[in-house]
Amino acid sequence: MSSEPMLTITNLHVNGGGREILRGINLSIGAGEVHAIMGPNGSGKSTLARVLAGHPEYEVTQGQVLFEVGGVGQDLLAMDPESRAREGLFMAFQYPVEIPGVNNAYFLKAALNAVRKHQGKDELDAMEFMTLVRKRMQVLEIDESLLNRPVNEGFSGGEKKRNEIFQMAVLEPRLAILDETDSGLDIDALKIVAGGVNAMRAPTRAILVVTHYQRLLNYIVPDVVHVLTDGRIVRSGGKELALQLEEKGYGWLAPGEVDPAAKARQARVGEEARA
Amino acid sequence: MTGVVEAGLHSYIAEIERAGAARSGREPSWLTSAREEASERFRTLGFPSTNEEEWRFTSVAPIAKTGFTRPAELRSAIAPSSVTPFSLSTLASAELVFVNGRYAAGLSIIRTLPRGIRVETLASVLVSHPDQIEPYLTRVAGLGRQAFTALNTALFADGAFVHVPASVTLDAPIHVLFISTARGNDVPTMSHPRVLVVAGESSHVSIIESYVGARDDASPRGDGAYFTNAVTEVIVGDNASVEHYKLQQETARASHIATMHVIGQRNARFQSHSLSFGGSFVRNDVIAVLDGEGIDCTLNGLYLADDRQLVDNHTTIDHARPHCGSREMYKGILAGHARAVFNGKIVVRPDAQKTDAKQTNKALLLSEDAQINTKPQLEIFANDVKCTHGAAVGQMDDEAIFYLRARGLGLAEARNLLIHAFAGDVLNRMPLEPLRTRAEAVLLQQLPNEG
Repeated sequence: MSSEPMLTITNLHVNGGGREILRGINLSIGAGEVHAIMGPNGSGKSTLARVLAGHPEYEVTQGQVLFEVGGVGQDLLAMDPESRAREGLFMAFQYPVEIPGVNNAYFLKAALNAVRKHQGKDELDAMEFMTLVRKRMQVLEIDESLLNRPVNEGFSGGEKKRNEIFQMAVLEPRLAILDETDSGLDIDALKIVAGGVNAMRAPTRAILVVTHYQRLLNYIVPDVVHVLTDGRIVRSGGKELALQLEEKGYGWLAPGEVDPAAKARQARVGEEARA
Repeated sequence: MTGVVEAGLHSYIAEIERAGAARSGREPSWLTSAREEASERFRTLGFPSTNEEEWRFTSVAPIAKTGFTRPAELRSAIAPSSVTPFSLSTLASAELVFVNGRYAAGLSIIRTLPRGIRVETLASVLVSHPDQIEPYLTRVAGLGRQAFTALNTALFADGAFVHVPASVTLDAPIHVLFISTARGNDVPTMSHPRVLVVAGESSHVSIIESYVGARDDASPRGDGAYFTNAVTEVIVGDNASVEHYKLQQETARASHIATMHVIGQRNARFQSHSLSFGGSFVRNDVIAVLDGEGIDCTLNGLYLADDRQLVDNHTTIDHARPHCGSREMYKGILAGHARAVFNGKIVVRPDAQKTDAKQTNKALLLSEDAQINTKPQLEIFANDVKCTHGAAVGQMDDEAIFYLRARGLGLAEARNLLIHAFAGDVLNRMPLEPLRTRAEAVLLQQLPNEG
């Protein structure tokens, strides 16, 4: 395994909608790890996820993000969104976009083959694709009819979220970022989605779970939990940090208050998790 | 400007006089009088100005002031290879090819057709069975206030006649291909194609009309100026079904005006699918009169325009009798400095109760400089009807583009996929699958590549 972390974020500052949303994020995630980012509404959690995926509406004003490709840290922010995806970065959208007229199966096959082609693998034909897809659908209890519907159009909230995790299972990314995948899910759907994510845990894969609620972390147990408040990570710790937050609320960490030891601790916890 | 248009009008009138003299005494007298009346009408009307509501956004000055003439020789030479890209001969039961308005027998194919079906040129049927077309030719379209219809009636040299007798079904479509040849240095020419379709009681037929400009390797988009002014007349008899397709792929400097008049009779089913991909100036009029109870009428259209193209679609659905339904879906994709006009008129006559009409038109603007003028025009004189209309003009959905890119699709691929999906909404309504595939290929080939 490479000694390079999968993702290294250093002093990331991001503007969006005319104001500074991220104000100096430092974060390092190694292969095989599951990190959770928790934070109240408006803390910048989703912005971080979307910036990492390459959404054009944000402006990075400072900082650096390195994404490990072939053992070397690449400048992620210099890559366009499709290059990030082809190198194995996947973001499950908080609000998956409805695309009328584009067949879900057609879209997924085009996406998978774009990724495979870039990675020097043979493109899958329709038969091979269907075989793969059927296996993945079973895990997520997805009905096959969903494949022949337009992407996300007319899907229920739960179907949309499940479709995101299904796409992830098919595309098999190295770095998966789940942006509030739990929001809008009932407990049964949540368990299914979590099961799908847990099935993806692997020594070669890193997962970043962005969530508002601790509930999801009962099912996807993280190695490291970070608390994001007002554009900065104010606390990092083990999975018990999520439980403390659940108990005491985000008010426990006053907005804007930065724990001076947070950066050092989060780096240390990351190392321990990797060890 | 007026002076230039005036001078242009004189050149068209001179053409009408020359044509009349040339065919003097060789046509049935009913046609001669129809042509004379049309000439008179054209002189009276002149070219429409933008003061007229129907032409408010579409100036015909470029056509009026260009001295288009009819080609001098009977037929310009054309290589079969120029026709091949537009041929549908593997699909069609008959393919009639016209070059610059004149029939090209050597390029046409007529397979064995079911008994009683007549597919031939108007020139030939005017000699052999003029009585078969007399009740319809020029009468379905009438003269009205349409200068270009009058001009066609005065000038048409040839065209296609399709007659399907009662209770006959023709499974394979009939293809009528009008091909124009024009090179950069040629004198600008014009043609006035005419098509007459008569579908007898309980008959079924599909017709494809293609209007194309010949291309060559030196100028793949074509570089000559020409003017096509087509008129199509369709009668859909009691309980008959007609599917009509129009595929317009004129070259970059072409002007194209096409008017289709349809009369539906009791329980008729009529579908029009109009695809407009080429030309510099394009105007399509579809006028459907639902003149019997229980008619089902569908008008669909898709157009793609780039550069400085102008595409104007005017449709009229005239609900003249009760219990008829109409469905209309027009969509446009505009790039560059393209302009489009959509005007969808729905008339519901006083006794046309229980009318059910639905109209939708949408445009996708791919550039800041593209524009569309769109107007539904509902004139409802009955009280127990259901009429809905909706228009939407929008740009490419950036969130959808990002979603596709975030899954690994390239920017160009993502854009094309969305444009295809937008167009697919119209194309997927075409029952004729091979034509759908052809249309998708043309669309893909012509999609603008700008950012």
